[in-house]
Amino acid sequence: MEYSSENERQSFRELLNQANELSTSSLRDEVVSSLYQTSQQICSRTVRFTKSKEDKKTERLDAVFTSPIWGFPIMLAMLGLIFYLTIAGANVPSSMLASFFTWLEDYISMAFFALNSPDWLHGVLVLGLYRGTTWVISVMLPPMAIFFPTFALLESYGYLPRVAFNMDRLFKKVGAHGKQSLTMAMGFGCNAAAVLSTRIIESPRERMLAILTNNFVPCNGRWGTLIVLASLFMAAGFTGGMKTLVSSGVIVGIVIFGIFVTFVVSWVLSKTMLKGVPTHYTLELPPYRRPKFFDTVVRSSLNKSYAVLMRAIKIAAPAGILTWVFANIYIGDTSIFMYGVNFLDPFAQSLGLDGYIMLAFILGLPANEVVLPILLMGYLSTGSMLEVDNLADLKNIFLDQGWTWLTALNMMLFSLLHYPCGTTLINIYKETKSYKWTFVAFLIPTVIAIGVTFAVAQLVRGMGWV
Amino acid sequence: MTTNEVYRIALAGNPNTGKSTLFNALTGLKQHTGNWAGKTVSLAEGSVHYKKSTYRLIDLPGTYSLYSNSTDEEVARNYIVFEKPHVTLVVLDATSLERNLNLALQVMEMTSNVIVCVNLIDEAKKRGIEIDELKLMRQLGVPVLKISARNKTGFPALLDTIDRMIRGEITTSPYAIQYNDEIEGKISELVPNVKKLVGDRFPSRWIALRLLDGDTSLLDEIQKRMHQEEESTWNTVQKTSGSHLENF
Amino acid sequence: MNLYEGNKGDRIRIKEVAIEGVMRRRLLDLGFVPGAIVDVLKKSPLGDPIAFRVSHTTIALRKEESIKITGELIQHDNE
Repeated sequence: MEYSSENERQSFRELLNQANELSTSSLRDEVVSSLYQTSQQICSRTVRFTKSKEDKKTERLDAVFTSPIWGFPIMLAMLGLIFYLTIAGANVPSSMLASFFTWLEDYISMAFFALNSPDWLHGVLVLGLYRGTTWVISVMLPPMAIFFPTFALLESYGYLPRVAFNMDRLFKKVGAHGKQSLTMAMGFGCNAAAVLSTRIIESPRERMLAILTNNFVPCNGRWGTLIVLASLFMAAGFTGGMKTLVSSGVIVGIVIFGIFVTFVVSWVLSKTMLKGVPTHYTLELPPYRRPKFFDTVVRSSLNKSYAVLMRAIKIAAPAGILTWVFANIYIGDTSIFMYGVNFLDPFAQSLGLDGYIMLAFILGLPANEVVLPILLMGYLSTGSMLEVDNLADLKNIFLDQGWTWLTALNMMLFSLLHYPCGTTLINIYKETKSYKWTFVAFLIPTVIAIGVTFAVAQLVRGMGWV
Repeated sequence: MTTNEVYRIALAGNPNTGKSTLFNALTGLKQHTGNWAGKTVSLAEGSVHYKKSTYRLIDLPGTYSLYSNSTDEEVARNYIVFEKPHVTLVVLDATSLERNLNLALQVMEMTSNVIVCVNLIDEAKKRGIEIDELKLMRQLGVPVLKISARNKTGFPALLDTIDRMIRGEITTSPYAIQYNDEIEGKISELVPNVKKLVGDRFPSRWIALRLLDGDTSLLDEIQKRMHQEEESTWNTVQKTSGSHLENF
Repeated sequence: MNLYEGNKGDRIRIKEVAIEGVMRRRLLDLGFVPGAIVDVLKKSPLGDPIAFRVSHTTIALRKEESIKITGELIQHDNE
């Protein structure tokens, strides 16, 4: 048996040697041109063009969408429109879902009491698990159900490759691929989904850049935090339309800062850790095709929203339980939660934050959506996550804890820049199959978040601005 | 009477040809289709039932060629050559048939159980492109069908052709590209030696050509596959069936 | 001339693709083969990449690649 296998290996080697001797470098070109000639011949016999060969419709649309004058404004307008649809459209269904879950909770609690279940069981399952999970559903589901289908429609229509075409020059400057603009846009919806979408980038080096920096675009789960803090603290002196405008302006500023960080990090990485890995770039600009509206919407809502949501729930549910447990298990007269707060406080203060905020970010690792509710829970020491209906109440809670605009700004910055959520990290591992790169994806944002908030805090305090 | 036989049907094609749309339309399996290259990296599977048979459709990655320049191309190539699907459907974009035909010609060098689907036929009509599918069929030597995956037209004829091909009612004679004399000479030098090693299990002319092109990893793959074959009559498919949700 | 020097409306017949390795193979697969006819479609708003039509599809290439694909101008479309 050994012998015959060795024999076989020998003949394979001989075959290989023979082939190598016969092979020439120009052979590939000959093969491909024979192939093209054959295709051309067959086509000339079987295909007839009754109109001009050009696709006039696509050319006309491209003249607009990739125009030196209109290309960028249209792109920004599209992005703005998606944000607007997502934020404005999700508002009502989000609050409807929230009140539905609150309504349902009363009945569930009643059932628990009717069955004489112990308080801790009700605490873990209802106040921890149920509240944690339903918060995530009501905050995440509506925006996802709007964002992903809208994005998918633009994708099926063929607009997205044009964005990559327009933006490539900028990305090339920092050593990245134009298609990264698309994975970034996807990141506004969900970084975890965006990490998977980096598969559209064929060259491994550029793909890695896109994975490692995707976190610097704020996802759906962080919009809530950003919007609430911006409108409470940044636009405090304004009223009415001006208030909306100022807080939107602040958020746009934060997003632009995130994009700036993306470029800087990409540039540094492509000069250091990701230097020298080969690069190739081709981008097909397919013809514009009117998407099957219904099919696209249904498919993308079902697949993406559902999958992302299921993962979020799988992770948010344990986080809810854990938070409840930490806040309700006392050692002496201090809960584990408070031990954490006290431990983190000095460090957090140097970043312009406080121990509660830091702990909320740590416990919020599984999903960014739970950061704000965990923080509020800590401040109010209710021991379970809660939802505050009235923004004015919310501001008073923060002010009572000694918040200033600096606290708000740095929490926004930390939220923008800090490590990716658990789901995203899992996806990064799945895509890179490397603990090292997953750790790098965790480390880079964390270091930047700490560095930036520290610098801002020192600067603002040093100048005596707060 | 044999009922409910399962046959594997592979879908190959360039990116942006509506291959995934066809896959979705046939199987009803919900999977998002992208409008650019390299969207489906792992293989999605879905089933169609037709005349007491079950067709297991495998959506190969969309590629421009099968010369294994990328993982996608290697996955697609390996599936067609080594997993030997009962039928390989090559999906072509009617609006850019010339480039798309390259892939069909490459597949036809690898297997003779090929059906060519000219997709986006509605789009082509709008742009004044007329394709003579009967002539094309005679030229290529394999069945050619015009379809529109998004409008779900041409499906009955397609399913019927698959059925007849599986039952051996269709004999194909795939067009074999003639290369220049030098290359043809080298191919005929290699083919007997390839045949000695692999027998009729794998397409020897195609293997010879790939070896001449410097594709050395192919031989390792063949060796590996032949050993697996000896150990057990394996039927492992690199499948990720059911995981399509995670792979959006 | 090389493809990068082409202006919108130029039609160029490729003579040589002076690129090696995986990128060369990819370009060949896309239809950038010697003898093929390429139309210069348009520049990106920032000047690079440039979109070309080759075998009925539109492909964008960066300067780094397009500068290494040379050919002869066979027609100029003065619109």
